[in-house]
Amino acid sequence: MSTSSTGGPAAKTTRVPGSGATGARTTRTFEFAPGEVDRDDPLHGELMELNMGPQHPATHGVLRIKVVLDGEHMVEVEPDVGYLHRGKEKTCESLGWRKFFVHTDRLDYLQPLMNNCAYALALEKLGAVPVPERGQTIRVLLMELSRVMAHLIYLGTTSIDLGAVTMFFFTFSERERIYTLLDAYTGHRMNNTYIRIGGVYADVEPAVERDIRAWLDQFPAKIDEFEKMLTGNRIWFDRNRNIGSLTPEMCKAWSLSGPNLRASGVEWDLRKKQPYSGYEHYDFEVPIGTIGDCYDRYAVRIEEMRQSVRICQQALDRLEKSRGGEFLSDDRRYVLPPRGRVQTSMEELIHQFKIVTDMALPKGEAYHAVESSKGELGFFVASDGTSHPLRCHIRAPGLMNVQAIPVLAEGRLFSDMVSIIGSLDFVMGEVDR
Amino acid sequence: MGSLKPADGHASETGFFVTQVDWVVNWGRKNSLWPMPLGLSCCGIELMAMIGPKFDIARFGAEAARFSPRQCDLMVVAGTLTWKMAEAARLIYDQMPDPKWVIAMGVCSSSGGMYDSYSVVQGVDMILPVDLYVPGCPPRPDAVIDAILKLQKKIEREKPFQLLLEGDVVGEYDSGTKRFLRAPNHSVPTTRSHEVLPPTKPGGGHT
Amino acid sequence: MSTQERVVAALAGIQHSLQQPRDGGLSIEIEASVVPQALAALRDRAAFDTNVFVTAIDRFPAEPRFTVCYAFLSTTHNDRVRVQARIPGEKPHIATITHLWPGTAYSERECFDMFGIVFDGHTGLKRLLMPQGYDHFPLRKEFPHQGIEPDRLYREWDQRRRERSPLRSESEA
Repeated sequence: MSTSSTGGPAAKTTRVPGSGATGARTTRTFEFAPGEVDRDDPLHGELMELNMGPQHPATHGVLRIKVVLDGEHMVEVEPDVGYLHRGKEKTCESLGWRKFFVHTDRLDYLQPLMNNCAYALALEKLGAVPVPERGQTIRVLLMELSRVMAHLIYLGTTSIDLGAVTMFFFTFSERERIYTLLDAYTGHRMNNTYIRIGGVYADVEPAVERDIRAWLDQFPAKIDEFEKMLTGNRIWFDRNRNIGSLTPEMCKAWSLSGPNLRASGVEWDLRKKQPYSGYEHYDFEVPIGTIGDCYDRYAVRIEEMRQSVRICQQALDRLEKSRGGEFLSDDRRYVLPPRGRVQTSMEELIHQFKIVTDMALPKGEAYHAVESSKGELGFFVASDGTSHPLRCHIRAPGLMNVQAIPVLAEGRLFSDMVSIIGSLDFVMGEVDR
Repeated sequence: MGSLKPADGHASETGFFVTQVDWVVNWGRKNSLWPMPLGLSCCGIELMAMIGPKFDIARFGAEAARFSPRQCDLMVVAGTLTWKMAEAARLIYDQMPDPKWVIAMGVCSSSGGMYDSYSVVQGVDMILPVDLYVPGCPPRPDAVIDAILKLQKKIEREKPFQLLLEGDVVGEYDSGTKRFLRAPNHSVPTTRSHEVLPPTKPGGGHT
Repeated sequence: MSTQERVVAALAGIQHSLQQPRDGGLSIEIEASVVPQALAALRDRAAFDTNVFVTAIDRFPAEPRFTVCYAFLSTTHNDRVRVQARIPGEKPHIATITHLWPGTAYSERECFDMFGIVFDGHTGLKRLLMPQGYDHFPLRKEFPHQGIEPDRLYREWDQRRRERSPLRSESEA
């Protein structure tokens, strides 16, 4: 503290929570009376600037957080994002609407099919393409499986960051089972890109449906195992209860959505309030928290996994009833014809050619949001009528979650930073795009 | 150790003892490759799955996936490297003590992948030397385990003790900077930054 | 009261024009100079309590070049509204709304980073996604997709690093 050891009256810092995020510099000096403080006191000497990341096991991706510490208390917290900025929005303008589907997987790479669906829904709004009912049901099934996958990673990584290493292996073991199901259905474990404008790429086989049902039957018991490990656990409780509380007003001011908003007590779930893809036909509940701390966010996500299982079971029932139905629209402006027909019919060949080379969406703008595991994931697409997209903006919930880190972390102990980062749950793929 | 060298001093005909020591050292190194997971994006999740219970690289000796580069041998660059992150990646590579190996996991780190954009490094070998490239987006954990096994075969072919005897490892001592100039532990192609990086023209891409 | 009536009532006195977006939602266009007042009115009188996104569209070569797009959500009334304002391409700037919704701080920084639009009144307007020394605006239409000298900052850092500590071993090459 050599600079202020020259004494003199020291001003008390006034700190605006979250000012670190907007970069407001404040002068930092401490009140002390010369002669009373031991300058060798390591606890209240100088402030330490610590750099957390971009390579760090607990930052859930390449996030850099600049923390100014007074001992163990965080005085100023400033996240630095952009270490995974791959230029996706620019890529959409270069590649075209269809080819960008592959890139949407890699946004929130823990739930690739959810991103695919969100993008397809936005394009379908722009192009006014109806999706057949079986296609919608398959999409709901895939979206809920993705939600479970993402929440499992949240559980696994947050637990291992806080020391509960076994949870990592439990949750990854379950994720491997879902990967096997998706591998059987879509051909790839992750980054499946299985959604198309107007539906899904191919139908679900009865064998895959049976496997998914078998997995759904045994999964609630696994969630019980997770809860047995964590929910009543004294250490988990101490590290999460009353840490990082968010009031509903704070959530809305900071554009938080999803489990972060619901844990604060706000009843807001896009699947219920602004349903899409047939969600209004499913019977499920939306868990709401009370005080919006890390523990509430954990409880909300655990319960969401249980509700996702319910939705998946209902989706499978609907699939059984609609067997043989259409799963992909036949709007030949945007949907590729089946391969066999391309080789026999002139019209279909022309459609194929046109879609692959020169697919244009009508002029205008559209925005569609889905309830992803992190919050409101939306695509704002603007077209000027040509085959070259004008703008594709990805509204990523993760960016808002990262923005909220200083709000929650400033003033707390540094060990709470890990709880806060884990419970806010963001993925750098969508934060940086 | 002069008596163990053949009379004509050709390094390639070094005796039985040296090759056996080489074999033992390589055996130890290849069976305890501790990975330094530079998990950047989606491949990082498959890397975590590989460390996880189903694929379990601990059975190949890669037990301790430390996140501190000072304690690791094998850097697995899993995910897309951007130019903003490149400095950090290079620093981490430099912090790793020798002997060290690099696996470029996934197409993004091998060649830039599907991102031919303004912020993505078109292949991590633009900034650090790579031993193995694993294609896939993301590669299955099986593929990366195959890569580790191939890397083990590559390590078997190294000659660490021989290099030490020949003095190549220690090499020259530069009294100006007071540092040893050491040869690398393995014959790996140097990074492309050794060559003059072709100037990127405005409006055009990098290589 | 429908969304449109509520918004029109809240914006009484502020000139606005309704647009017809393809998703059937409500989208209005206002002058860039009245953005803070109009959006404050939306928040206070029309109960749009959350900002969804702040972004921009580059309509080069049309003038005014940039369209700054805002989207808001009302959790109490369960509806959305989008607001657009056009600003010229020469030294683009618009007033900030971080005093109304602090959650727009990062979105505005991103618009600055990607388009070069300066948000007047934003404390801490610096680049969000690109490195701090970067001197181009990637999402502008004239910026090539593959970038302009993408490795410049890295090479400068590498050069400084090599000058500071020369090679200790070939593996550092």
